[in-house]
Amino acid sequence: MGTSVYATLGRLASPPVFYRIAEASRIWLIGLFLLLFIPGIYGALIGAPPDYQQGEGYRIIFVHVPAAWMSLFIYVNMAGMAAVSLIWRGKTAAICARASAPAGAAFTALTLATGSIWGKPMWGTWWVWDARLTSELILLFIYLGYMALVASIPDRRTAAAAGAILLLVGLINIPVIHFSVDWWNTLHQPATIAKFGAPSIDKAMLMPLLLMAGSFMVFYLAVMATMAQALLLEQEASSQWAKQAAS
Amino acid sequence: MKLPLLRRDLLVAARRPGEWLIPLAFFTATVAIFPLAIGTRPETLRTIAPGVIWTVALLSSLLSQDMLFRRDIRDGSLEQLLLSPRPLILAVLAKAVAHWLACGLPLIVLAPLLAAWMQLPAEQLLLLLVTLPLGTAVFSLLAVFAEAVAAGASRSRFLGGMLALPLCMPAVIFAAAAVAGDAPAAPLLLLAACLSLAITVLPLAAAGALRASAQGI
Repeated sequence: MGTSVYATLGRLASPPVFYRIAEASRIWLIGLFLLLFIPGIYGALIGAPPDYQQGEGYRIIFVHVPAAWMSLFIYVNMAGMAAVSLIWRGKTAAICARASAPAGAAFTALTLATGSIWGKPMWGTWWVWDARLTSELILLFIYLGYMALVASIPDRRTAAAAGAILLLVGLINIPVIHFSVDWWNTLHQPATIAKFGAPSIDKAMLMPLLLMAGSFMVFYLAVMATMAQALLLEQEASSQWAKQAAS
Repeated sequence: MKLPLLRRDLLVAARRPGEWLIPLAFFTATVAIFPLAIGTRPETLRTIAPGVIWTVALLSSLLSQDMLFRRDIRDGSLEQLLLSPRPLILAVLAKAVAHWLACGLPLIVLAPLLAAWMQLPAEQLLLLLVTLPLGTAVFSLLAVFAEAVAAGASRSRFLGGMLALPLCMPAVIFAAAAVAGDAPAAPLLLLAACLSLAITVLPLAAAGALRASAQGI
Protein backbone atom coordinates (compact mmCIF):
# COMPACT_ATOMS: atom_id res chain seq x y z
CA MET A 1 0.00 0.00 0.00
CA GLY A 2 2.60 2.50 1.12
CA THR A 3 4.90 1.76 -1.79
CA SER A 4 2.11 1.98 -4.36
CA VAL A 5 1.09 5.41 -3.09
CA TYR A 6 4.68 6.56 -3.32
CA ALA A 7 4.99 5.01 -6.76
CA THR A 8 1.90 6.86 -7.97
CA LEU A 9 3.15 10.12 -6.50
CA GLY A 10 6.58 9.50 -7.97
CA ARG A 11 5.11 8.92 -11.43
CA LEU A 12 2.99 12.04 -11.08
CA ALA A 13 6.09 13.99 -10.20
CA SER A 14 7.98 13.00 -13.32
CA PRO A 15 8.21 16.09 -15.53
CA PRO A 16 6.58 14.71 -18.72
CA VAL A 17 3.64 13.20 -16.81
CA PHE A 18 3.13 16.38 -14.79
CA TYR A 19 3.30 18.41 -17.99
CA ARG A 20 0.63 16.32 -19.68
CA ILE A 21 -1.69 16.38 -16.66
CA ALA A 22 -1.29 20.13 -16.33
CA GLU A 23 -1.97 20.58 -20.04
CA ALA A 24 -5.12 18.46 -19.91
CA SER A 25 -6.49 19.96 -16.71
CA ARG A 26 -6.05 23.63 -17.58
CA ILE A 27 -9.37 24.01 -19.39
CA TRP A 28 -11.17 22.27 -16.51
CA LEU A 29 -9.51 24.50 -13.96
CA ILE A 30 -10.47 27.64 -15.87
CA GLY A 31 -14.04 26.35 -16.21
CA LEU A 32 -14.26 25.54 -12.51
CA PHE A 33 -12.84 28.96 -11.68
CA LEU A 34 -15.58 30.69 -13.69
CA LEU A 35 -18.20 28.38 -12.18
CA LEU A 36 -17.19 29.48 -8.67
CA PHE A 37 -16.21 33.07 -9.43
CA ILE A 38 -19.32 34.26 -11.29
CA PRO A 39 -21.89 33.30 -8.61
CA GLY A 40 -19.35 34.34 -5.95
CA ILE A 41 -18.83 37.84 -7.28
CA TYR A 42 -22.58 38.20 -7.97
CA GLY A 43 -23.38 37.22 -4.41
CA ALA A 44 -20.65 39.48 -3.10
CA LEU A 45 -21.59 42.62 -5.02
CA ILE A 46 -25.38 42.25 -5.39
CA GLY A 47 -26.78 39.24 -3.54
CA ALA A 48 -25.46 39.76 -0.02
CA PRO A 49 -27.28 42.32 2.13
CA PRO A 50 -25.40 45.48 3.12
CA ASP A 51 -23.75 45.37 6.53
CA TYR A 52 -25.72 47.12 9.26
CA GLN A 53 -22.66 49.01 10.43
CA GLN A 54 -20.41 49.37 7.40
CA GLY A 55 -23.06 49.69 4.64
CA GLU A 56 -21.95 48.79 1.15
CA GLY A 57 -18.29 49.47 1.85
CA TYR A 58 -17.81 46.12 3.53
CA ARG A 59 -18.23 44.28 0.21
CA ILE A 60 -14.51 44.56 -0.49
CA ILE A 61 -13.92 41.89 2.15
CA PHE A 62 -15.20 39.33 -0.36
CA VAL A 63 -11.95 39.93 -2.21
CA HIS A 64 -9.79 40.97 0.73
CA VAL A 65 -10.37 38.00 3.04
CA PRO A 66 -9.94 35.22 0.42
CA ALA A 67 -6.84 37.00 -0.92
CA ALA A 68 -5.40 37.13 2.60
CA TRP A 69 -6.14 33.42 3.08
CA MET A 70 -4.46 32.64 -0.23
CA SER A 71 -1.40 34.75 0.58
CA LEU A 72 -0.72 32.56 3.63
CA PHE A 73 -1.90 29.29 2.10
CA ILE A 74 0.38 29.68 -0.93
CA TYR A 75 3.38 30.38 1.28
CA VAL A 76 2.76 27.29 3.40
CA ASN A 77 2.15 25.26 0.26
CA MET A 78 5.42 26.51 -1.24
CA ALA A 79 7.28 25.60 1.94
CA GLY A 80 5.74 22.11 1.83
CA MET A 81 6.83 21.64 -1.77
CA ALA A 82 10.25 23.01 -0.86
CA ALA A 83 10.55 20.33 1.82
CA VAL A 84 9.52 17.65 -0.69
CA SER A 85 12.06 18.93 -3.19
CA LEU A 86 14.83 18.88 -0.60
CA ILE A 87 14.01 15.48 0.88
CA TRP A 88 13.16 13.51 -2.28
CA ARG A 89 15.09 15.71 -4.73
CA GLY A 90 11.87 16.22 -6.68
CA LYS A 91 12.35 18.39 -9.74
CA THR A 92 8.65 19.01 -10.20
CA ALA A 93 8.05 19.98 -6.58
CA ALA A 94 10.86 22.54 -6.81
CA ILE A 95 9.37 23.96 -9.99
CA CYS A 96 5.87 24.12 -8.49
CA ALA A 97 7.24 26.02 -5.49
CA ARG A 98 8.92 28.47 -7.83
CA ALA A 99 5.83 28.77 -10.02
CA SER A 100 3.68 29.60 -6.97
CA ALA A 101 5.64 32.66 -5.93
CA PRO A 102 4.19 35.21 -8.39
CA ALA A 103 0.62 34.19 -7.48
CA GLY A 104 1.46 34.37 -3.77
CA ALA A 105 3.05 37.79 -4.11
CA ALA A 106 0.11 39.00 -6.20
CA PHE A 107 -2.45 37.82 -3.62
CA THR A 108 -0.40 39.47 -0.87
CA ALA A 109 -0.30 42.73 -2.80
CA LEU A 110 -4.05 42.43 -3.48
CA THR A 111 -4.67 41.91 0.25
CA LEU A 112 -2.69 45.05 1.07
CA ALA A 113 -4.37 47.09 -1.67
CA THR A 114 -7.94 46.06 -0.82
CA GLY A 115 -7.23 46.44 2.90
CA SER A 116 -5.97 49.93 2.28
CA ILE A 117 -9.00 50.86 0.13
CA TRP A 118 -11.30 49.49 2.84
CA GLY A 119 -9.34 51.27 5.55
CA LYS A 120 -9.79 54.72 4.03
CA PRO A 121 -13.55 55.03 4.71
CA MET A 122 -13.60 52.74 7.79
CA TRP A 123 -10.54 53.85 9.70
CA GLY A 124 -10.18 57.22 7.96
CA THR A 125 -6.67 56.51 6.71
CA TRP A 126 -5.05 54.57 3.89
CA TRP A 127 -2.54 52.85 6.08
CA VAL A 128 -2.25 52.00 9.75
CA TRP A 129 0.57 50.08 11.33
CA ASP A 130 -1.82 47.42 12.43
CA ALA A 131 -0.40 44.03 13.32
CA ARG A 132 -1.96 42.02 10.51
CA LEU A 133 -1.30 44.68 7.89
CA THR A 134 2.32 44.81 8.93
CA SER A 135 2.78 41.03 8.89
CA GLU A 136 1.23 40.95 5.44
CA LEU A 137 3.67 43.63 4.29
CA ILE A 138 6.61 41.64 5.65
CA LEU A 139 5.21 38.55 3.92
CA LEU A 140 5.28 40.51 0.66
CA PHE A 141 8.94 41.33 1.27
CA ILE A 142 9.66 37.65 1.87
CA TYR A 143 7.91 36.69 -1.38
CA LEU A 144 9.84 39.35 -3.29
CA GLY A 145 13.11 38.26 -1.69
CA TYR A 146 12.43 34.66 -2.69
CA MET A 147 11.64 35.67 -6.26
CA ALA A 148 14.75 37.84 -6.45
CA LEU A 149 16.86 34.97 -5.10
CA VAL A 150 15.69 32.27 -7.52
CA ALA A 151 15.85 34.71 -10.42
CA SER A 152 19.44 35.74 -9.74
CA ILE A 153 21.02 32.31 -9.30
CA PRO A 154 21.89 31.16 -12.82
CA ASP A 155 22.16 27.45 -12.02
CA ARG A 156 18.65 25.94 -11.81
CA ARG A 157 19.39 23.27 -9.24
CA THR A 158 21.21 25.67 -6.97
CA ALA A 159 18.40 28.18 -7.30
CA ALA A 160 15.83 25.55 -6.37
CA ALA A 161 17.78 24.29 -3.35
CA ALA A 162 18.69 27.75 -2.04
CA GLY A 163 15.11 28.93 -2.55
CA ALA A 164 13.76 25.87 -0.73
CA ILE A 165 15.98 26.49 2.30
CA LEU A 166 14.93 30.14 2.38
CA LEU A 167 11.27 29.13 2.24
CA LEU A 168 11.65 26.71 5.14
CA VAL A 169 13.49 29.21 7.34
CA GLY A 170 10.84 31.76 6.40
CA LEU A 171 8.15 29.30 7.49
CA ILE A 172 9.69 29.10 10.96
CA ASN A 173 10.00 32.86 11.01
CA ILE A 174 6.48 33.81 9.94
CA PRO A 175 4.82 32.94 13.27
CA VAL A 176 7.64 34.76 15.06
CA ILE A 177 7.12 37.82 12.85
CA HIS A 178 3.38 37.67 13.32
CA PHE A 179 3.69 37.36 17.08
CA SER A 180 6.27 40.12 17.35
CA VAL A 181 4.16 42.42 15.24
CA ASP A 182 1.14 41.62 17.43
CA TRP A 183 3.06 43.46 20.11
CA TRP A 184 1.24 46.60 19.18
CA ASN A 185 -2.36 47.05 20.13
CA THR A 186 -4.19 45.96 17.04
CA LEU A 187 -6.82 47.99 15.21
CA HIS A 188 -7.84 45.13 12.93
CA GLN A 189 -11.21 43.58 13.50
CA PRO A 190 -10.95 40.13 15.04
CA ALA A 191 -11.47 37.08 12.86
CA THR A 192 -15.12 36.21 12.33
CA ILE A 193 -14.93 32.97 10.32
CA ALA A 194 -12.43 30.77 12.10
CA LYS A 195 -14.19 30.73 15.43
CA PHE A 196 -15.19 27.52 17.08
CA GLY A 197 -18.88 26.79 16.85
CA ALA A 198 -21.10 28.86 14.61
CA PRO A 199 -19.25 31.56 12.69
CA SER A 200 -20.55 35.02 13.51
CA ILE A 201 -21.35 35.85 9.91
CA ASP A 202 -24.69 35.65 8.12
CA LYS A 203 -25.21 32.79 5.67
CA ALA A 204 -26.01 35.22 2.84
CA MET A 205 -22.54 36.67 3.35
CA LEU A 206 -20.75 33.41 4.11
CA MET A 207 -21.75 31.69 0.86
CA PRO A 208 -20.26 34.27 -1.53
CA LEU A 209 -17.18 34.47 0.68
CA LEU A 210 -16.60 30.72 0.42
CA LEU A 211 -17.32 30.74 -3.32
CA MET A 212 -14.78 33.53 -3.80
CA ALA A 213 -12.23 31.66 -1.69
CA GLY A 214 -12.80 28.52 -3.75
CA SER A 215 -12.45 30.40 -7.02
CA PHE A 216 -9.21 32.04 -5.85
CA MET A 217 -7.85 28.62 -4.95
CA VAL A 218 -8.69 27.20 -8.38
CA PHE A 219 -7.25 30.32 -10.03
CA TYR A 220 -4.02 29.79 -8.13
CA LEU A 221 -3.84 26.14 -9.23
CA ALA A 222 -4.40 27.11 -12.87
CA VAL A 223 -1.78 29.88 -12.81
CA MET A 224 0.71 27.73 -10.92
CA ALA A 225 0.30 24.77 -13.28
CA THR A 226 0.69 26.93 -16.37
CA MET A 227 3.76 28.68 -15.02
CA ALA A 228 5.24 25.34 -13.92
CA GLN A 229 4.73 24.03 -17.46
CA ALA A 230 6.69 26.95 -18.88
CA LEU A 231 9.48 26.51 -16.33
CA LEU A 232 9.63 22.76 -16.98
CA LEU A 233 9.93 23.27 -20.73
CA GLU A 234 12.69 25.81 -20.18
CA GLN A 235 14.59 23.57 -17.78
CA GLU A 236 14.17 20.34 -19.76
CA ALA A 237 14.64 22.01 -23.14
CA SER A 238 17.18 19.43 -24.26
CA SER A 239 15.07 16.35 -23.43
CA GLN A 240 13.00 14.48 -25.99
CA TRP A 241 9.57 14.96 -24.40
CA ALA A 242 10.06 18.72 -24.07
CA LYS A 243 10.96 19.01 -27.74
CA GLN A 244 7.84 17.06 -28.65
CA ALA A 245 5.63 19.05 -26.29
CA ALA A 246 6.90 22.37 -27.55
CA SER A 247 6.62 21.53 -31.24
CA MET B 1 41.07 25.33 21.34
CA LYS B 2 42.69 26.54 18.18
CA LEU B 3 39.68 27.73 16.17
CA PRO B 4 41.65 28.18 12.96
CA LEU B 5 38.75 29.47 10.88
CA LEU B 6 37.76 32.09 13.42
CA ARG B 7 41.37 33.24 13.68
CA ARG B 8 41.70 33.39 9.93
CA ASP B 9 38.54 35.46 9.52
CA LEU B 10 39.62 37.84 12.26
CA LEU B 11 43.06 38.11 10.69
CA VAL B 12 41.47 38.96 7.35
CA ALA B 13 39.34 41.56 9.12
CA ALA B 14 42.42 43.01 10.79
CA ARG B 15 44.26 43.22 7.47
CA ARG B 16 41.33 44.88 5.75
CA PRO B 17 40.05 47.29 8.37
CA GLY B 18 37.92 49.10 5.81
CA GLU B 19 35.43 46.26 5.72
CA TRP B 20 34.34 46.66 9.31
CA LEU B 21 35.41 50.25 9.97
CA ILE B 22 33.27 51.63 7.16
CA PRO B 23 30.02 50.09 8.47
CA LEU B 24 30.97 51.36 11.91
CA ALA B 25 31.59 54.87 10.62
CA PHE B 26 28.34 54.62 8.69
CA PHE B 27 26.54 53.65 11.88
CA THR B 28 27.96 56.60 13.80
CA ALA B 29 27.40 59.13 11.04
CA THR B 30 23.82 58.01 10.41
CA VAL B 31 22.89 58.39 14.06
CA ALA B 32 24.33 61.92 13.91
CA ILE B 33 22.00 62.72 11.00
CA PHE B 34 18.87 62.37 13.12
CA PRO B 35 19.41 65.35 15.46
CA LEU B 36 20.37 67.41 12.41
CA ALA B 37 17.27 66.41 10.47
CA ILE B 38 14.69 66.24 13.24
CA GLY B 39 15.92 68.93 15.60
CA THR B 40 17.74 68.87 18.87
CA ARG B 41 14.84 68.90 21.33
CA PRO B 42 16.01 66.45 24.01
CA GLU B 43 12.52 64.96 24.57
CA THR B 44 12.12 64.15 20.86
CA LEU B 45 15.59 62.64 20.64
CA ARG B 46 15.03 60.58 23.76
CA THR B 47 11.76 59.20 22.35
CA ILE B 48 13.20 58.14 19.02
CA ALA B 49 16.63 57.07 20.31
CA PRO B 50 15.94 53.31 20.79
CA GLY B 51 14.36 53.01 17.36
CA VAL B 52 17.07 55.04 15.66
CA ILE B 53 19.96 53.17 17.24
CA TRP B 54 18.41 49.78 16.45
CA THR B 55 17.54 50.69 12.88
CA VAL B 56 21.05 51.92 12.26
CA ALA B 57 22.57 48.84 13.93
CA LEU B 58 20.55 46.69 11.53
CA LEU B 59 21.68 48.76 8.54
CA SER B 60 25.32 48.51 9.48
CA SER B 61 25.01 44.74 9.88
CA LEU B 62 23.37 44.47 6.45
CA LEU B 63 26.08 46.70 4.99
CA SER B 64 28.89 44.54 6.31
CA GLN B 65 27.45 41.13 5.42
CA ASP B 66 28.13 41.45 1.73
CA MET B 67 31.71 40.16 1.93
CA LEU B 68 30.99 37.19 4.22
CA PHE B 69 31.41 34.50 1.55
CA ARG B 70 32.22 36.49 -1.56
CA ARG B 71 35.99 36.38 -1.17
CA ASP B 72 35.93 32.74 -0.02
CA ILE B 73 34.04 31.83 -3.18
CA ARG B 74 36.41 33.78 -5.39
CA ASP B 75 39.66 32.35 -4.02
CA GLY B 76 38.34 28.81 -3.64
CA SER B 77 38.61 28.56 0.13
CA LEU B 78 34.88 27.88 0.36
CA GLU B 79 35.40 24.65 -1.58
CA GLN B 80 38.17 23.68 0.82
CA LEU B 81 35.77 24.30 3.69
CA LEU B 82 33.15 22.07 2.07
CA LEU B 83 35.71 19.32 1.51
CA SER B 84 37.05 19.45 5.04
CA PRO B 85 36.04 16.53 7.28
CA ARG B 86 34.99 18.84 10.10
CA PRO B 87 31.28 19.61 10.35
CA LEU B 88 30.25 22.51 8.16
CA ILE B 89 27.93 23.83 10.88
CA LEU B 90 30.96 24.66 13.01
CA ALA B 91 32.53 26.55 10.12
CA VAL B 92 29.33 28.50 9.61
CA LEU B 93 29.15 29.25 13.32
CA ALA B 94 32.77 30.45 13.24
CA LYS B 95 31.85 32.78 10.37
CA ALA B 96 28.98 34.20 12.42
CA VAL B 97 31.17 34.69 15.49
CA ALA B 98 33.84 36.43 13.39
CA HIS B 99 31.20 38.68 11.83
CA TRP B 100 29.85 39.53 15.25
CA LEU B 101 33.31 40.27 16.68
CA ALA B 102 34.13 42.55 13.76
CA CYS B 103 30.75 44.25 13.38
CA GLY B 104 28.60 43.69 16.48
CA LEU B 105 31.11 44.21 19.25
CA PRO B 106 32.35 47.64 18.04
CA LEU B 107 28.74 48.84 18.03
CA ILE B 108 28.45 47.94 21.70
CA VAL B 109 31.63 49.84 22.45
CA LEU B 110 30.27 52.88 20.62
CA ALA B 111 26.80 52.67 22.17
CA PRO B 112 27.47 54.97 25.17
CA LEU B 113 28.63 57.74 22.83
CA LEU B 114 25.54 57.39 20.65
CA ALA B 115 23.30 57.26 23.72
CA ALA B 116 24.82 60.53 24.87
CA TRP B 117 24.18 62.11 21.48
CA MET B 118 20.56 60.96 21.58
CA GLN B 119 20.05 62.12 25.21
CA LEU B 120 19.27 58.61 26.37
CA PRO B 121 19.10 58.39 30.19
CA ALA B 122 21.44 56.04 32.06
CA GLU B 123 18.92 53.29 32.84
CA GLN B 124 17.93 53.08 29.18
CA LEU B 125 21.61 53.01 28.19
CA LEU B 126 21.98 50.02 30.46
CA LEU B 127 19.11 48.29 28.65
CA LEU B 128 20.68 49.21 25.33
CA LEU B 129 23.93 47.60 26.44
CA VAL B 130 22.05 44.44 27.45
CA THR B 131 20.01 44.19 24.24
CA LEU B 132 22.80 45.06 21.79
CA PRO B 133 24.81 41.84 22.22
CA LEU B 134 21.67 39.69 21.88
CA GLY B 135 20.22 41.54 18.90
CA THR B 136 23.46 41.96 16.97
CA ALA B 137 24.17 38.25 17.46
CA VAL B 138 20.80 37.49 15.82
CA PHE B 139 21.76 39.87 13.00
CA SER B 140 25.12 38.12 12.50
CA LEU B 141 23.51 34.68 12.35
CA LEU B 142 20.90 35.92 9.89
CA ALA B 143 23.63 37.61 7.85
CA VAL B 144 25.56 34.36 7.54
CA PHE B 145 22.38 32.48 6.65
CA ALA B 146 21.25 35.02 4.03
CA GLU B 147 24.66 35.21 2.42
CA ALA B 148 24.91 31.41 2.35
CA VAL B 149 21.53 31.19 0.61
CA ALA B 150 22.58 33.89 -1.86
CA ALA B 151 26.05 32.43 -2.42
CA GLY B 152 25.05 31.05 -5.83
CA ALA B 153 24.01 34.51 -7.03
CA SER B 154 27.47 35.99 -7.07
CA ARG B 155 26.54 38.86 -9.35
CA SER B 156 23.64 40.32 -7.37
CA ARG B 157 24.89 42.62 -4.68
CA PHE B 158 22.65 43.36 -1.69
CA LEU B 159 20.53 40.29 -2.42
CA GLY B 160 21.59 38.78 0.91
CA GLY B 161 20.67 41.98 2.71
CA MET B 162 17.27 41.97 1.08
CA LEU B 163 16.73 38.38 2.26
CA ALA B 164 17.94 39.07 5.79
CA LEU B 165 15.94 42.27 6.31
CA PRO B 166 12.42 40.87 6.82
CA LEU B 167 13.78 38.06 8.99
CA CYS B 168 15.51 40.61 11.26
CA MET B 169 12.31 42.45 12.09
CA PRO B 170 11.24 40.50 15.20
CA ALA B 171 14.64 41.10 16.80
CA VAL B 172 14.40 44.83 16.05
CA ILE B 173 10.87 45.02 17.47
CA PHE B 174 11.75 43.25 20.72
CA ALA B 175 15.06 45.05 21.18
CA ALA B 176 13.66 48.52 20.58
CA ALA B 177 10.65 47.72 22.78
CA ALA B 178 12.95 46.58 25.59
CA VAL B 179 14.94 49.81 25.48
CA ALA B 180 11.94 52.09 25.03
CA GLY B 181 9.29 50.47 27.20
CA ASP B 182 8.45 50.69 30.87
CA ALA B 183 8.44 46.90 31.25
CA PRO B 184 11.63 45.68 29.61
CA ALA B 185 11.61 42.14 31.00
CA ALA B 186 9.18 40.54 28.54
CA PRO B 187 10.69 41.90 25.29
CA LEU B 188 14.15 41.20 26.65
CA LEU B 189 13.28 37.55 27.25
CA LEU B 190 11.65 37.31 23.83
CA LEU B 191 14.78 38.78 22.27
CA ALA B 192 16.81 36.10 24.03
CA ALA B 193 14.34 33.53 22.70
CA CYS B 194 14.92 34.87 19.18
CA LEU B 195 18.63 34.36 19.67
CA SER B 196 18.17 30.79 20.91
CA LEU B 197 15.96 29.99 17.94
CA ALA B 198 18.41 31.62 15.54
CA ILE B 199 21.41 29.81 16.93
CA THR B 200 19.56 26.47 16.73
CA VAL B 201 18.15 26.74 13.23
CA LEU B 202 20.28 29.10 11.19
CA PRO B 203 23.74 27.44 11.22
CA LEU B 204 22.09 24.20 10.07
CA ALA B 205 20.16 25.97 7.31
CA ALA B 206 23.22 28.00 6.27
CA ALA B 207 25.36 24.87 6.02
CA GLY B 208 22.71 23.22 3.84
CA ALA B 209 22.49 26.29 1.64
CA LEU B 210 26.28 26.42 1.23
CA ARG B 211 26.38 22.78 0.16
CA ALA B 212 23.59 23.44 -2.34
CA SER B 213 25.28 26.57 -3.66
CA ALA B 214 28.58 24.78 -4.13
CA GLN B 215 27.07 22.77 -6.98
CA GLY B 216 26.45 25.89 -9.01
CA ILE B 217 29.53 27.98 -8.29
